[in-house]
Amino acid sequence: MKTSECDIVIVGVGGQGVILVSDVIGRAAVRAGKPVRGAETHGMAQRGGSVVNHTRIGCRYSPMVASGGADVLLALEPAEALRFAHFLSPDGVALVNTIPVLPITVTTGRARYPGLEEILSPLREICRQVLPLDAIALAKKAGTAQAMNVVMLGALSAYMPLQQDLLLAALDEVVPPKYREANRKAFQMGKAEVESVTQT
Amino acid sequence: MSKYLLGNVAIAKGLLEAGIGLAAGYPGTPSSEIIEALVDLKGDLPLHVEWSVNEKVALEVAIGASWTGARAVATMKHVGLNVAADPFMTLAYLGVGAGLVVISADDPQCHSSQNEQDSRRFAEFASIPCLDPSDPEEAREMAVFAFELSEKFNIPVMLRPTTRVSHARANVSAGVALEAAGQRKFVKNPARRVALPVHARPLHNELVAKQAAIEDELQNAPWNRLDLRGSAGIIASGIAGLYAEEAIRDLDLDVSLLRIGTYPVPSGMIEEMLSHVSRVLVVEELEPVVEEKVERIARKVNPGVEILGKGEYIPRAGELDFLAVRNALARMMGLHEKTARRVAAEGIVPPRPPALCPGCSHRSTYYAMRRVFGKNAVYPSDIGCYTMAIGMGTVDTCLCMGASISVASGIRFGGESEDICCSLGDSTFLHGGMTGLLNAAYNQARITVTILDNSTTAMTGHQPNPGTGVKATGEQTAQVSLEALAKALGAGLVEVTDPGNLEASLQAFRRAKEFAGLSVVIARATCVIKARRSGSQRSRYAVGEDCQGCRICVDFGCPAIEFENESARINQLCTGCGVCAQICPAAAIREVKR
Repeated sequence: MKTSECDIVIVGVGGQGVILVSDVIGRAAVRAGKPVRGAETHGMAQRGGSVVNHTRIGCRYSPMVASGGADVLLALEPAEALRFAHFLSPDGVALVNTIPVLPITVTTGRARYPGLEEILSPLREICRQVLPLDAIALAKKAGTAQAMNVVMLGALSAYMPLQQDLLLAALDEVVPPKYREANRKAFQMGKAEVESVTQT
Repeated sequence: MSKYLLGNVAIAKGLLEAGIGLAAGYPGTPSSEIIEALVDLKGDLPLHVEWSVNEKVALEVAIGASWTGARAVATMKHVGLNVAADPFMTLAYLGVGAGLVVISADDPQCHSSQNEQDSRRFAEFASIPCLDPSDPEEAREMAVFAFELSEKFNIPVMLRPTTRVSHARANVSAGVALEAAGQRKFVKNPARRVALPVHARPLHNELVAKQAAIEDELQNAPWNRLDLRGSAGIIASGIAGLYAEEAIRDLDLDVSLLRIGTYPVPSGMIEEMLSHVSRVLVVEELEPVVEEKVERIARKVNPGVEILGKGEYIPRAGELDFLAVRNALARMMGLHEKTARRVAAEGIVPPRPPALCPGCSHRSTYYAMRRVFGKNAVYPSDIGCYTMAIGMGTVDTCLCMGASISVASGIRFGGESEDICCSLGDSTFLHGGMTGLLNAAYNQARITVTILDNSTTAMTGHQPNPGTGVKATGEQTAQVSLEALAKALGAGLVEVTDPGNLEASLQAFRRAKEFAGLSVVIARATCVIKARRSGSQRSRYAVGEDCQGCRICVDFGCPAIEFENESARINQLCTGCGVCAQICPAAAIREVKR
């Protein structure tokens, strides 16, 4: 029996704004009158480490998504998408920002950063759909590269059982007023990117 | 109207709904946001909120407030309770004035901790009740209830969230914050407030005697839920109860379920469950606290019942999750287990360990320390961001808050003849290092103590401490001088150096190394994250064409320094500390004017 309406795993690197994305989803879900659960990474792992966040819409149970259970894997960084690929359900969708943040193991020459295709092709084998997008370029077009996470949220919105107006209202709550317009624009650009790909 | 709130914020709301008059804590993941949320949410309420110097002090401050008639809370992480153990154990005898709640946030899986001890054992040890929430809403409700229980039975109460509750988010209902009620006056009552042996003996008897009444009271608490169905059952505690409910629903089984949220456990419900089922799976994280009780009760009511739990079904170490509980249930029922998904290609992903920030002063300090003391010296270290410098060869031990200095002394007195240079942060020094320094001075340990003073408690989220001159509320206060403190505690030589100045740091460490006694080096530079947030901006650095490709700067380990095409390169993460330019033997790294 299904125990959650939509399970999302959001991954990235400390400082990319993973928590903001889940906060917006959670607030929108509460506005929609749905039960919602989330689990966050705090503390030591935040210092430049991998960050993983679980968000479960329409769920009253565990705050964590089970291995193989994610309907959507939202990756703000490409290598992190592959690191947490085991969360993806075979029917799931992976939305991947294609711009890397190199870990220190790579910048100091102790490890190799895989090419984008090396990351995307195994992802394609294990889930229903992989959607790569250059969210930083889109965020810059929207007015600020900082809104990369909101571009990704916009892309994610196409796969969530939440009304867009609720998401935008929640977004307005969490971003400073002077960045509201840029963030709303970033959201729309991410959403449009998904629509253009899924239509072709 | 409910809100999507972090578990720790939900707890803070509960505390405000209970009308607390005082909250004291020491930062520690996963507990830190409770005090921070209280500061954010308290508004005009007459509520004293403080970051205390350590957990023992926090609990003692809370005890004083409780004895003066104010509902009080002390917050800490599980290992902080070890520090507070002394007042904690005896407080159970003496009892409270207004309600007193100890929040000890556990960290199964050691997400951000040096161990994963189970605070439920500590509550049992002290004979005090413990509330074990499964989600943020329960944590909020329990925070309110804990004070009622505390006052009804004249006993401190523990609230024990885990990381997956404190750092979970969920729908949390809105309650109303209350202004602290009651008269504030310390009432003298030596028989209950002075733990002389003559008082302690009857108070211990009283503590033992009230246990049954507390259990009776908790039996009816809404967080103990019994649902009798089939002849197989699950007894699950805290968040494991949530996983068990999900597992039963996922497998669509007609299984009996007892969810437990309080300690002492509801023996009556356990008896009912054991009389009803032939097999029972006990699901709890870490210690078999519930399981031991279930075994004891089974001997009385149904010796034939099969009890499954720790070992073959449920691990004793690490955190549980839905899949682990689902599979334990499936195994009990003879059903197919689900294996966790494996993706072979994950193997090509480069590791991304947490690391010291670009421009972090700890890196520069450790670099200078290592240059002066060399590879044969012994480097006891401590709890804080700087433990992440383990790769620099200057972190040989990490035990508990402040232990670096006393462990260093013991290594010296144990017979080590090499140089010993220990290190700890400013907040850690003030928390638990001062007594170690005093002891080292008193017993004449020839060691060097390095205080990595970044003027904040960085790892847990940049809380202020007595060295910063700022209180939990953001208000200014007296700023303690670490150098004056070190001298007063008996250090023979105290050096203060700027980690951004490599030559000065090398010289300070050289003098400390040569000093025939107890030396202290205070390496002082504001945490780079704190500096950035306060708007400070420095020029960046760049590598010139004259780079020889020697990799010395790369091995320094700053995330802002990369290596490609046989040359170093400085990326956009550079914060402008300039230490790499001082290290470069070819003088190829230069400041870039803004």
